[in-house]
Amino acid sequence: MDPDPNKPEELPSNSANNSHGSTHPPSPFPDEVIEKVLSYINSHKDRSSFSLVRKDWYNAERWSRSRLFIGNCYSVTPEIVARRFPRIKSVTLKGKPRFSDFNMLDWGANVHSWLVMFAKVYPFLEELRLKRMTVSDESLELLAKSFPSFKALSLSSCDGFSDSGLKAVASHCRNLTELDIQDSISEDISGTWLSSFPENFATLEVLNFASLNSEISFDALERLVSRCKSLRVLKVNESITLDQLQRLLVLAPQLVELGTGSFLQELTPRQYEDIESAFSNCTSLRVLSGLWEATSLYLPLLYGACFGLTFLNLSDVALQSGEFAKLPVHCPNLRRLWVIDTVEDKGLEAIGSSCPLLEELRVFPANPYELDPRLGVTERGFLAVSQGCRKLRYVLYFCRRMTNAAVITIVQNCPNFTHFRLCIMNPHQPDHLTNEPMDEAFGAVVKTCHKLQRLSVSGLLTDLTFEYIGKYAKNLETLSVAFAGSSDWGMQCVLDGSPKLRKLEIRDCPFGNTALLFGHGKYEMMRSLWMSACNVTIKGCTILAKEMPRLNVEVIKDEDSDDNQADKVYVYRTVAGPRQDAPPFVLTL
Amino acid sequence: MAQESELNFKATELRLGLPGTDECEDMISSVKNNNKRSLSETVEDNASKDITSPETPPAPKAQIIGWPPVRSYRKNNLQTKKTESETGIFVKVSMDGAPYLRKIDLKIYNGYAELLKALETMFKFTIGEYSEREGYKGSEYAPAYEDKDGDLMLVGDVPWNMFMTSCKKLRIMKGSEARGLGCGV
Repeated sequence: MDPDPNKPEELPSNSANNSHGSTHPPSPFPDEVIEKVLSYINSHKDRSSFSLVRKDWYNAERWSRSRLFIGNCYSVTPEIVARRFPRIKSVTLKGKPRFSDFNMLDWGANVHSWLVMFAKVYPFLEELRLKRMTVSDESLELLAKSFPSFKALSLSSCDGFSDSGLKAVASHCRNLTELDIQDSISEDISGTWLSSFPENFATLEVLNFASLNSEISFDALERLVSRCKSLRVLKVNESITLDQLQRLLVLAPQLVELGTGSFLQELTPRQYEDIESAFSNCTSLRVLSGLWEATSLYLPLLYGACFGLTFLNLSDVALQSGEFAKLPVHCPNLRRLWVIDTVEDKGLEAIGSSCPLLEELRVFPANPYELDPRLGVTERGFLAVSQGCRKLRYVLYFCRRMTNAAVITIVQNCPNFTHFRLCIMNPHQPDHLTNEPMDEAFGAVVKTCHKLQRLSVSGLLTDLTFEYIGKYAKNLETLSVAFAGSSDWGMQCVLDGSPKLRKLEIRDCPFGNTALLFGHGKYEMMRSLWMSACNVTIKGCTILAKEMPRLNVEVIKDEDSDDNQADKVYVYRTVAGPRQDAPPFVLTL
Repeated sequence: MAQESELNFKATELRLGLPGTDECEDMISSVKNNNKRSLSETVEDNASKDITSPETPPAPKAQIIGWPPVRSYRKNNLQTKKTESETGIFVKVSMDGAPYLRKIDLKIYNGYAELLKALETMFKFTIGEYSEREGYKGSEYAPAYEDKDGDLMLVGDVPWNMFMTSCKKLRIMKGSEARGLGCGV
């Protein structure tokens, strides 16, 4: 059981000025020892456990904690946090539920009220890492002006900001070492923010603007890169050309992580050589991404840098299997690989033969809405990788056909999976050869992979799959389910078993109020539950909300659904009470 | 077999649609009802789909919102590439002295040689030899184009891919006027 670190726990001692009160034996350790021990404990979960032992330990912990992690921004309020932790230097905040990524929901999770509080109580804030939150220009301006020691800003899958917010950060954060805008989308199309770094600014170590669409000033970028001698991560966007990239690499051969711009340009032989040697000179390069529009003509430019690569992200370039198949043999040290399914089974076979150290594979669909089973990858490719890469522990695999037999063999080859995310794209698709449900496949996964933390299921599945999950998946923390199950019993099996479950996301399944209410005790031990397009009604949600006051039960209604239907339900534990900023289509029950 | 019984049923069904417009509609409606269907119905349906579409790719189904769970920035990236590869790059072509313009799709040519050949055929003239230093020598006409910035450029100076993306309009100029456009950098 993982207690919420931000819940003010009820402690045995009930008098504030009596930490060694008559109901309490004196502390077994002097304060200096406790402080020293605490300095070694960095995980927020461990610190939470520490703080629960006794009141003086709780106090020692809260005064010494400098890194804050809040997995759900609505589980607690800025005021509560500020009261408990007086000395925070680094904050990680996560907002929207993950399934909202695919629905474009304008649901909330605005960071502004947090920043206002931080500006008041944490003037020495150095790092802010946000995921799935809305960040306005006003917020970025507040950030830029409020924290003179500010060093690192990371915006992962965020939105709501534009050029002017980024300009404020670039101009005012004198000590900035990290500006990482991963997968975030900026609304403004101008790229002038990059030119706003002051001319003498040279502290940047991490710069990632790969997902921003705008053209930036190459001159400004070149000058910035030449000044920042400690730059180790540089990920540019598609507007940067190959020959511009070459100039950057010559200025920064010390790069450890590189995201290229467009990789398609007619080159003179001289230019080709220059780029080739620039890549060969980057001897510290371990991570490579970008490569937009690269083709077999241009991939050889990379060969000089491939030997040391541990992470190759080709998810932005749809390479054909022939083009791709020659690449893996140059990358024997690869641990992580992301590709698009245009590489086909043949490409995956090449990986299986050449990359024995591979731990993580993600295969994304080029055409998610095309259903022709001849497109993309199949069970054959996955099998081939599992045969050659026995250390595989993380897989995200989008395919159009799969068999039980293949998955059973795959997990026998690779029993160390911690993350198994299989997406058979056609809903309710049975075993391709036998036409049976895919229950045995996922049964094998949970029975064989004892370390499994995250599981996404797909294909035709009955309640049996969920019986297996509840019974065998002892370490499972995150479960994603879509178009699966036969009845409430399925969901109940999961809620009853899986002791470490923290996040459950469900869509389009025949689970209703009985299942929802069955889990009422469990939800307080979890971060959140998401259910959409299931058989849950508003009545059911209301009962849950009544029974469990420390849960927020939010219902998001679709436009044309009938009154009692709860189209999207988001349930999460909180000490903050119902939120004040919910948009009108969100009902908090 | 499931498929046969479906067909018989349809033969007796009273419908407003024209006969023979079955297949697409079936697939679209089956997807819409997917959530609410019972297990056995969907199993049958999937089985019959395998039978009905051995060679031809199935008709594109109605999209289910948010499925497959692929991030929108990824979808946009690849889908725009797809539409680019499907639609052409159409540019107007004018020739000095000709009464009306033509329109061509730059996408169908593999490089300058093919493009110039096509222009020669279309407008019945010859283009001289291209050199970086002297432009098109030995012809009455020279091919020029207006680029993204609105400048008039000589065709052939930049790599083909760059030309394809920056060319807005083609103009076949009289050689005498074109001489000023000669050498590149």
